[in-house]
Amino acid sequence: MAEAYFPVGPGLGPEENFLSLDDILMSQEKLPGRAESNLPRLAFALGQGSGAGSGDSIPEVTVGGNYNSRQAPRGAVQGGQRRSGAGHAGSARRGRGLRGAERPCFHRRYCEGLRGSKLEIPMWLAKGLHDSKRRLISVELPKIYKEAWRTVFSADANVVDLHKMGPYYYGFGSQLLNFDNPENPEIAQCILQTFINRFRRIMDSSQNAYNEDTSSLVARLDELERALFQAGQKGLNDFQCWEKGQASQITVSSLVQNYGKRKFTEMDG
Amino acid sequence: MAGERAVGLVRELQSAAGGRLPPFRAEELRQTLEEMRTLYERNQADVSEAKSGRTDLIFLIRFRHCCLLRNQRCIVAYLYDRLLRIRALRWEYGSILPNTIQFHMAAEEVEWFNRYKKSLATYMRSVGGEEGLDLTQDIKPPKSLYIEVRCLRDYGEFEIDDGTTVLLKKNSQHFLPRWKCEQLIRQGVLEHILS
Repeated sequence: MAEAYFPVGPGLGPEENFLSLDDILMSQEKLPGRAESNLPRLAFALGQGSGAGSGDSIPEVTVGGNYNSRQAPRGAVQGGQRRSGAGHAGSARRGRGLRGAERPCFHRRYCEGLRGSKLEIPMWLAKGLHDSKRRLISVELPKIYKEAWRTVFSADANVVDLHKMGPYYYGFGSQLLNFDNPENPEIAQCILQTFINRFRRIMDSSQNAYNEDTSSLVARLDELERALFQAGQKGLNDFQCWEKGQASQITVSSLVQNYGKRKFTEMDG
Repeated sequence: MAGERAVGLVRELQSAAGGRLPPFRAEELRQTLEEMRTLYERNQADVSEAKSGRTDLIFLIRFRHCCLLRNQRCIVAYLYDRLLRIRALRWEYGSILPNTIQFHMAAEEVEWFNRYKKSLATYMRSVGGEEGLDLTQDIKPPKSLYIEVRCLRDYGEFEIDDGTTVLLKKNSQHFLPRWKCEQLIRQGVLEHILS
């Protein structure tokens, strides 16, 4: 059962592991933020400006905003345009404001990158652009780390579908602590408590599901918990193998088995 | 989208489960490096402009710098993880890789594999006295010198230490020394039968 492939695991706490594939995918997740100063060439960066040379292709920075909020745009926006966006305004009022890609008039309007406009940026960009003086952007907490959800977690952490809430709840939450936010101690405490409360169930299920379909057990776990579950399964399988007296049986390495399966599909397809 | 291609490489690698090596994406790698070069050149131009007073470019410069670092991180992690998988191949498969796997490797990776093989062989020779010690054998604690094996597919002739040859045809059973057939079992040619 000895596997010779040892990938670089995700980092613990506020530091990511540079070479970890898990951490790279985790830092690709988006978080909401706000532009803190006028970013006049944001239009250029988004590839919408009329400057010389095509705009830099940049990651999906969806720029949008809550139409009814105080951050209504100043500047070149005309009332007429506003009226034509009434349909959009309606849905913005319903509180689903951040879909810039689906609303070209918003996109254009906020292209100036005015101070206070909302952004949704990936974590790696947020970490890179953030500094303690908050000159360029400021980040906000995603809703799952906010007060409302924190009370849900403290009530019963086992029912939450952590896979749907961003598959990297723990890792992403740990990275959020890098931005100085007054709620950091509560966030850290909440993440820790959630893990403690859910751990028992993961351990039990992974140690008792032998040779069965475990998809229903792992469906609501986030990536860190899934890794734990797999470790538990592996321990269980190794133990069962030993009990059956197969511990000394030389087996096909699972790596080879995977390649063998692949070859069949290549031949058929 | 900056960084999207590089992250795509990482995603594909991550989804290849069980340490499998997917084909080497030379084209995407080249495009990502091209993108990095473009970003760098634009930043060079903007930095000289910013030094002469245009402070509004600072955001853009920083932004491009973040993209550059991100691409660099993704590429380095991609290449490193592939090397980890190739290293695992030496331990699980043996020193000769089948063509299907070699096809998935870049020329530099094949070169790295050969050099790793050589390092490992040198090290194994230096350990354990005169003849050296084959560390890739006896992954599981051996219980006996000779083992019963069944052949899973046609392999051909196989020579044992005392000179006799055995014909390995599908479904034939043999009683062979452990150290000779361990590698064939791990490769899936033979099957270890427990009595």
